[in-house]
Amino acid sequence: MNNLLVLPVLLPMVIAVFLMFFRKKVVLQRVVGLVGGIANVLIAGAVVLRVRSEGIQTLQLGGWEPPYGIVFVADMFAALLVLAASITGLAVLIYSFASIGREREEHYYYTFFHFLLVGVYGSFMTGDIFNLFVFFEVMLISSYALITLGGDKKQLREAPKYLLVNILSSTLFVASVAYLYAAVGTLNMAHLSQRITEAGQGGVLNVIAVLFLIVFSLKAGLFLFFWLPGAYGAPPFAVRASFGALLTKVGLYAIVRTFTLIFPGDPSFTHGWIAGMAAATMILGGIGAVAYRDIPRILNYNVLIGVGFVAFGLSASTRDALDGVVFYMLHDILSKGLLFVLGGMLIAAAKTDRLDGMGGLIRRRPGLGWMFFILALALTGIPPLSGFAGKVLIVRGGLEEGMLALSLVALASSLLTLYSLVKIFREAFWGTEPEVQQEDEAVRRQKSKKTSKAANMKSTSGAALANVSAVVLLLFVIGIGLASNGVYAFASQAGETLANPILYIEAVLKGE
Amino acid sequence: MEWIMAVAIGALFMIGVYLILTKSLLRVILGTSLLTHGVHLLLLTMAGLKRGAAPILGSGSESYVDPLPQALILTSIVISFGVTALFFVLAYRAYQTRGTDEIDGMDAEGKEADS
Repeated sequence: MNNLLVLPVLLPMVIAVFLMFFRKKVVLQRVVGLVGGIANVLIAGAVVLRVRSEGIQTLQLGGWEPPYGIVFVADMFAALLVLAASITGLAVLIYSFASIGREREEHYYYTFFHFLLVGVYGSFMTGDIFNLFVFFEVMLISSYALITLGGDKKQLREAPKYLLVNILSSTLFVASVAYLYAAVGTLNMAHLSQRITEAGQGGVLNVIAVLFLIVFSLKAGLFLFFWLPGAYGAPPFAVRASFGALLTKVGLYAIVRTFTLIFPGDPSFTHGWIAGMAAATMILGGIGAVAYRDIPRILNYNVLIGVGFVAFGLSASTRDALDGVVFYMLHDILSKGLLFVLGGMLIAAAKTDRLDGMGGLIRRRPGLGWMFFILALALTGIPPLSGFAGKVLIVRGGLEEGMLALSLVALASSLLTLYSLVKIFREAFWGTEPEVQQEDEAVRRQKSKKTSKAANMKSTSGAALANVSAVVLLLFVIGIGLASNGVYAFASQAGETLANPILYIEAVLKGE
Repeated sequence: MEWIMAVAIGALFMIGVYLILTKSLLRVILGTSLLTHGVHLLLLTMAGLKRGAAPILGSGSESYVDPLPQALILTSIVISFGVTALFFVLAYRAYQTRGTDEIDGMDAEGKEADS
């Protein structure tokens, strides 16, 4: 029963529509969202196991044979990303319960959140380039709503820029699809790949490939990331967590898919561009992460370093590097979600987002402190944790290809990641608590004695929920690291499809 | 025929880009809608402008024009319509709250607020 493939998209969509009717019933919204989130993790797990045992799965929507209809394709790469995204989505949802606030919850927050998931899962699963555009728009329009929801001044300042950049890149996306259709006359990715191989990639097809690279880089924050640090600093932290973990990864997925399946024909030209952009992203992201002293900016620039790393793996494109790309993207989705959840908890605990006003938090929030520390090590790629295997595979692939300079840049960017995060850890958690903070604390305690017990209970249950979501993600981040061997078996099956697009084409166009 | 369309689309893109680079948010939004017009015409043109009947079966014609790009354009039109509506409302709301519709003005104000 291959209809399994449509469930990851269908379930959040049904939930989103259902939740529209009950916007005032926050408890109902939370329960339905939670049950749906858990169900989605199970479904994604089932898809991964199915692909593991039976190979690439396809679903022809409406029963039309490809290339005439839209086809959903789950190879191991897409299935693993859907699984990682649904786990992160569930954790961010739980964190939203704790942090988003009743005002936003009553104004369709969960509806938008689920539509965002629809766009993300759909982009991973689709096998049609125009359908990819549509799922991108589903995701982006939900993200427009989420970035503006609440409407405080900062959001209203950043949202128009975010909209403008994404409208531009969507316009360019449609233009590239138009050129591609004129050049080869089809929209199905497998069929495109076949025809481009027959025609021989060069000349006009290279230009179209670079146009696609520009489009997806604007979405993924690969070198063309000027919009990202500001835009990701505007919305509440639960929204940032879903953006940082999912949105840029969808752009990256599209780059990886495009340049392994559709345009792999002329690597000396296209992959050179990707390599240069990856190097620039890692260097600029690293500089940004080290330069700033407010936590949101440091976290946003850390997102960019991860993007650069994956692009580096793609530009090397050896078998090892592609396995590494899969592995690293899994790690990156989970750990960037965790990074923003912890960042939100940290700022909520310190009541400021400037490092200067923090200190000594380890006494009040030891659990938060040590989770942040472990995450910093995982993002750097310290061996027993999740970031290590992906980075080793990518750098090994880079060295095999003789890309020494780029490998060194990648390793140096890991060092800058470590420095920027340990800077947060050292200044926020060690040291003494600032005077003002303690006064605030005293005032707050007096107040909280006066205020009703219910409000107090609510804030503690909120903190507990936030802790639950952080712990869930942290267990996965540690688990992927400890079970590297087991995960590698899956990642390497995904890497095999990326390295040999013929497997993908045969699975989709098996009738011919 | 295609070259006339190409020139027209080029002009639309040119004006759109010029408007996007101006200060006023309203002009920026007009620029994005000109760009989307340009890109929809581009889709139509790139699929070929050969003569043929409208793609409706039963007109008894020998040849029809390509139906696929028309479906793509229809999809893209409604998407950009939705996004443009949202953008206009957002601009209105930003004007109400922030008291300016200039993108530069927004930045200066933001830096004051941040520091």
